[in-house]
Amino acid sequence: MRPLEYARPETLEQASELLADGGTPLAGGTDLLALLKDDAVTASRLVDLKGLPGLEDFSAGPEGFRIGALARLADLAREKALVDRLPALASSFDSVGGPQIRNRGTLGGNLLQRPRCWYFRRGFGLVPVRDGRSMVREGDNRFHAVFGTDGEALFVTPSTVVPLLVALGAEAEIHGREGVRRAPVAELYRSPDPGERELHLEPGEILTAVEIPDASDRTVASYEVRPGESLDWSLATASVVLRRSGATVRESRIVLGQVAPTPWRSRAAEEALAGGSLSPDRVRAAAQAAVAEAEPLSMNEYKVQLARVAVERALHRAAGREVPS
Amino acid sequence: MSRDDRDPPRGWTRRDFLRSGAVAGVAGSFLAHPLAGNQQESKPKRVAGVEVLGPGPVPVALRVNGETYRLRLEPRVTLLDALRDRIGLTGSKKVCDQGTCGACTVLLDGEPAYACSVLALEVGDATIETVEAIGDPESLHPLQTAFVEADAQQCGFCTPGFVVATKALLDRDPKPSPERISEALAGNFCRCGTYGGIRTALTGPAGPGKETDHG
Amino acid sequence: MVEYTWPPEEKRSILGDRISRLDGPVKVTGAAEYSFDVRRPGMLHGKILRCPHAHARITRLDVSAAREMPGVRAVRVIQDEGSEIRWALDEVVSVAADTEELARDAVRAVEIEYEVLPHFVDGENKDEAFESSPAGSRTEGDPDAAFEAAVHRHRGYYGLPSVSHNCLEAHGQVCEWNGDRLTVWASTQVVSSMPNQYADALEIPASNVRVISQHIGGGFGSKFSADRWGIECARLARETNRPVKLMLEREPELTVAGDRPSSYAEVEVAADGDGKLVAWRSSSWGSGGLAGSRGAPPLPYVFEVPNRRIDHLSVVTNVASARAWRAPNHPQGCFITLSALEDLAAEMDVDPYDLLWDNLDLTGRLEPIYRDELPIAEELMGWKKRWTPRGEGGKGPIKRGLGLGVHTWGGRGHRSNCQVTIHPDGVAEARLASQDIGTGTRTVIAIALAETLGLPLSKVRVSIGDSVYPASGGSGGSTTVGGVSSSTRRAAVNVREQLFQEVAPHLEAEPEELELAEGTVRVRAEPDRSITWEEAIGFLAGHPVTNIPLSASGSNPGPGQLTDSGVGGVQMAEVRVDTETGIVRVEKMVAVQDCGLVVDEKTAISQVHGGLIMGISYALSEEKILDPVTGRMLNTDFESYKIAGYGEVGELVVHMMTGEGYDERGVIGLGEPPVISPGAAISNAVANAIGVRVPYLPLTPRRILDTLAGRGGRS
Repeated sequence: MRPLEYARPETLEQASELLADGGTPLAGGTDLLALLKDDAVTASRLVDLKGLPGLEDFSAGPEGFRIGALARLADLAREKALVDRLPALASSFDSVGGPQIRNRGTLGGNLLQRPRCWYFRRGFGLVPVRDGRSMVREGDNRFHAVFGTDGEALFVTPSTVVPLLVALGAEAEIHGREGVRRAPVAELYRSPDPGERELHLEPGEILTAVEIPDASDRTVASYEVRPGESLDWSLATASVVLRRSGATVRESRIVLGQVAPTPWRSRAAEEALAGGSLSPDRVRAAAQAAVAEAEPLSMNEYKVQLARVAVERALHRAAGREVPS
Repeated sequence: MSRDDRDPPRGWTRRDFLRSGAVAGVAGSFLAHPLAGNQQESKPKRVAGVEVLGPGPVPVALRVNGETYRLRLEPRVTLLDALRDRIGLTGSKKVCDQGTCGACTVLLDGEPAYACSVLALEVGDATIETVEAIGDPESLHPLQTAFVEADAQQCGFCTPGFVVATKALLDRDPKPSPERISEALAGNFCRCGTYGGIRTALTGPAGPGKETDHG
Repeated sequence: MVEYTWPPEEKRSILGDRISRLDGPVKVTGAAEYSFDVRRPGMLHGKILRCPHAHARITRLDVSAAREMPGVRAVRVIQDEGSEIRWALDEVVSVAADTEELARDAVRAVEIEYEVLPHFVDGENKDEAFESSPAGSRTEGDPDAAFEAAVHRHRGYYGLPSVSHNCLEAHGQVCEWNGDRLTVWASTQVVSSMPNQYADALEIPASNVRVISQHIGGGFGSKFSADRWGIECARLARETNRPVKLMLEREPELTVAGDRPSSYAEVEVAADGDGKLVAWRSSSWGSGGLAGSRGAPPLPYVFEVPNRRIDHLSVVTNVASARAWRAPNHPQGCFITLSALEDLAAEMDVDPYDLLWDNLDLTGRLEPIYRDELPIAEELMGWKKRWTPRGEGGKGPIKRGLGLGVHTWGGRGHRSNCQVTIHPDGVAEARLASQDIGTGTRTVIAIALAETLGLPLSKVRVSIGDSVYPASGGSGGSTTVGGVSSSTRRAAVNVREQLFQEVAPHLEAEPEELELAEGTVRVRAEPDRSITWEEAIGFLAGHPVTNIPLSASGSNPGPGQLTDSGVGGVQMAEVRVDTETGIVRVEKMVAVQDCGLVVDEKTAISQVHGGLIMGISYALSEEKILDPVTGRMLNTDFESYKIAGYGEVGELVVHMMTGEGYDERGVIGLGEPPVISPGAAISNAVANAIGVRVPYLPLTPRRILDTLAGRGGRS
C-alpha cells in the first residue's frame, strides 16, 4: 500500500468535501485494502465513512425497506424484518464471503466493490489492452463475460446481492455536494470505455442508502452457482421477482450477475414467462430465452449454461420446487 | 496500562517485556534502533473542518487483549502489521494479506475479522482479541485442548486463525450443527489438511478414531 | 549382542499408540515461533523487485531514487541492465528498509525498463515450445504384436496442470550477522544442509553459519533451497549490519516458490480375453518451467504391463523451475495410468475393482499388500454393493459415482544422526538437526526415545530445528520419520547399554540381564528386582565422572531392521456431480494405507487426512493459470487459486495397516503416499458418475460441462 492520509468525517457534508478533494471512501475495507495493496487502484486519502451518523440504520415499513449503506452484511443477514419478509435477500447477504467478510463488509461496499477480473487486479485496468488488442479476448477469459461482450469491457459484476436488488427495483440514495439524488441501483453501473470507471458515481458522491420497495405481493428467489462451500465466488447468479395472479405470471424481472460488465436484465426471459404458469416446461423455455443472445468468449462457453441453469433454478425456487444447492 | 511501540531488549522475551513494569527504563536504551526513525511526521492538517491524518506516522491507541498499546503508525499500516511487527503479537499469521485465507483472524468487539483487511487507525475504539488471549500453552482453553487432542493442526500456521474463528462460533453457539460449523469456518483455509481433526475437535469428545476415522 | 530392532507388540509401552503431538499446545495458542514471526532488535525488512514479464531483457535500471529514500538502508541489484529474464517474477533488485511499508515504497521507486521478449508458458502445447528434449524412451517385450493380439483396447488422453505448493508460511528467513558469523532463521525442510548453501554463496566457512527452524509453516517439497532471496537476505543483512527479515508475499509464493510439473499423455492399453493386461503404449510430456519436466511420470504406474513402450518429452516453459511436490511424478503417473485402466474396464464392461484385482500379479512385491488392502477398502466403501456401471449414476441432474486408485512410494528412512543425553535431572534429551514441517517429527522422536528408555513422554525432551545438532536428513521423500526414529532408537539403545553398565552392580546383575520399563531399571527375568529411573540416575550422579550426563549417539542407516522402503495404498472416492452446473462434491474418501510400523497412530492418521485433502484440492480446483498474453500466473490469491476448504471435504475414512506383515518391516514414511491416489480415484468416480471421462484435472465446472457438451479441446 502506498502512503496515504486518513480522515474520519462526522457529517455527510464533510465527507463529500473530503472525497471531492481527492479522497477515496472507506467502508468495511474488505475489498478496498486488497486493491490498494495490489496497486490495482491508488488512493492518496481514505475517507472513513464509519463515523457518519445514520448510515448503518435499517428500517422497515409498509412501503418497504431502507438500508443504510454502512449496514453490515452480517447484521442484514439476521435482520428479522428481512428474514421474515424478504428471506431471499437475507440469505443473499448471508452467502457473501465468510463470517470475517460479513462482519466488516457493508451493503454499500458490496454494491461498489470492484470487479474480480484478474487483469484488473494485476494493474492492467478494467479494459486491459496490449499492443492494441484486448488482453481478455486473447488471454484467459474463463471467468469473464458472456453477455455484453460486443463492448470493450469484458469483466463481470462481482456482487451476488445486486442482481436481486435490481430485480426488486431498489433505488440508491446518493449524497453529493449538490444535494441528494436517487437512482435505480441498476444505474450505478456501466460498461466502461478505457480509462473510465464502471461505477456511476461522481467525485464527492456517497452512496448513503438503498431503498427496496415492499415485495410482499411478489415471489422472490435467487440462485448462485458457487463451486466451493467455503469462501468462493459465484460463477453466475440469477435473481427473479415475479408478480403472479393465481398460477399466472403477470410480470417479472429476471436479473443475472457475474455474466456481464453490468447487472444483466433478461427481458427475453421475462417475456417468455409472461402470461403463463411456472411449469417446468415454461421455466425451461424462459431460462433458454435468457441465454439466447449470449456471446461467450474463447474459454467461457460453459458460463452460458451456468447462466441458464441459474435462471432455471431461481424460477424453480420461486415456484416452490426443491433445487440442488 | 499503556505500552510503547518498541522492541524488547536483547535477551528478553516479549513476554518478559510485557510483564515488566519498568517499561520506560528498559525501553529508553532501545531507542538506538528506531524502527521508523526517518519517517517524517506529517504536519497537522484540516480539510472541511476534519483532521486529516498522515501520511506520516500518527498516534494510535489499540486495546488488545486487555492492554492498551500506544503506537505511532502510518495510516496505511494494517491492524495485522501493527499486531505482529509493532506490538509483537505474532500469533495472528500473515498468509495472503488479502482477506481471503483466515490466518490473521482476530476478534473485533467479539466478532471474527481479518486483521489484514483493517487499518489500525480504524479500530482504535474497538476491543481487539487475538489468539494469545484465548489460552497459554500451560493453560489451554478447552477448545484448544480439543484441537490438541484431535490433532487439529499439522504445520500449525493456519491453526490460530481457526482457533479464533471457532471460539467466536462457540461463544455464540456452544453446540453448533455441522452446517453452522461449515459456515463459521468458510473464511479459513488450511493447507496441510487438518479439517478432519478440526471437525473431530468440534463434534467429538476424542481425537481421530482408532482404526476407522470418520473425519 | 545389542538388539536394536523395534520391540514386539506385547513389549511396547507407547509405540503405535495415539499420542497428541507435542507441539500442539504452542501451535493452538499462537506461541509457536515460525521464521515469519522472528523479531530481532533493529531488524530491517527486505523486499524484492520482481520482473513482471515471463521473458524480457532489462534495458534500463536506476536504483538511485530508491537508495536515497529515508529509512531505506540498502538497495542491491541482483540482475543488472542487459540481463535476460526467463520467468515472470524473477528477482531483480532487493532492498532493506526500516519498515515493510518503506521497503515496498523503495521497490516502487526503482526505475526499470524492459524489452519484452517472446514467451512460451503453455506446456501442453508442446509443438510450439522453444525448447524440449526427449526424457526417457523404453520398450519392453513386443507391444505392437501384443496390441495386435489383444481383445480389448483403449486409447485415451489425460492431463494435469502445474499446481503450486502454496505453503501458508511463505518462503523466507531472517538473517543476522555477528562479525563473520551468520544466523539464519529459515523456513526450511532441510536444516542440516542449509549452512552449506549459505556458506558456498557467501564464501564463508559453513561452520560460521547457524540455521534455526523450530516451526515451519508447510513445505511439501518446496523448501529445500536457501534460494536466491535467502542469499540476498544475508547480503542485505551484511551490508547494513542489521538483522533483515525477508518473507515472500503471496503472489511470488504461488508463482515462483512452488510448482508441480504438468503432465500430459496419450495412452493405449490393452487386455486379453481373460482380462489380463498385455500391452501399454504411452507418449507423455510435461513441464516444470525452466527445469523442464523434472523426470517423467512412472508409466504405467504400479502395474508392470508386460509389453510396453513409453516415451516422454520434457518441455521448457518460461516459468520458474518446478520444485519437488509431494511424491514427485507419482500423482501424475497414478492419474494417467489408473484413469486409462478405469476407461479400459468401462470398455470391457467390468468393474475396475475386478480388473485391478485380476492383474495384481503385475505389481511385484506390492501384490500381497494390495491383496490385503483392496478388500478392506471395498468393505469400508461398500464398493461391491454400491458400484454401478459407468453412466448409471442416477436419474436427474445429480449423478453419483465411485472411483478407485492405488499407489506406492519408497519412504525408507534417510541418513540421520542422533545424540541422546540423560541429564542429571533424569530427563532424556534427543538432539538432531532435523525439522518438523508439520508431520509430527518431534513427536515421533519423543516416542522412539521414551519407548526405548521405558519413560513417560514427560521425561523426554526433543531438540531439533537447529544446525548445531547432529546432522540429519531433509524432510523429503517421506524419509524423515523412518530416519529420525531409527537414529533415535539406536542412540537410545546405546545410552541404555551404558546405563545398564553403570547400574548393574547396584542390582547385583549383569548388564545384559536388565531392561528399562515403566520408569524402572529391572532384571528382565525378575521384574521385582528393580530400581526406579530416578534412583538409577542418582547412582550416576555419584559416579566418578560426577554430573557429566550419560550420552550416546546413533545413526541411520545402522544395525537392525528399523526402517524399510515400498509402501502400498488403496483409495476410493465417492462423488456427487451436478451435471447441470458441473460442480463436483467429494462425499467420502476411503484410504487404506501401509507405512510399516506405525509410531504414532494419531499423527499417522492426520498425515493420511492431509494427503486426502490436498488430493481433493488438486483434483477439484487447484491449477496454476498462466496468462497466454503476459506469461504471468493469474490466480495468485486464495480466491482464485482455490484450495479445498472445510466445507469441500466430505467424510474421510482411514485404515492403517498394522500388525503382522507390516510391523516387522520397521518404520516407513507416510507424508507422500496418501496424496498420490486422490486425483485418479476422484476422476474415476466422476467418470463413473457422468458416464464420460473428463480428461483433465482439476475437475472444475468448466471442464465437466465442456466434456459433457462434447466441447473437447485443450485444458
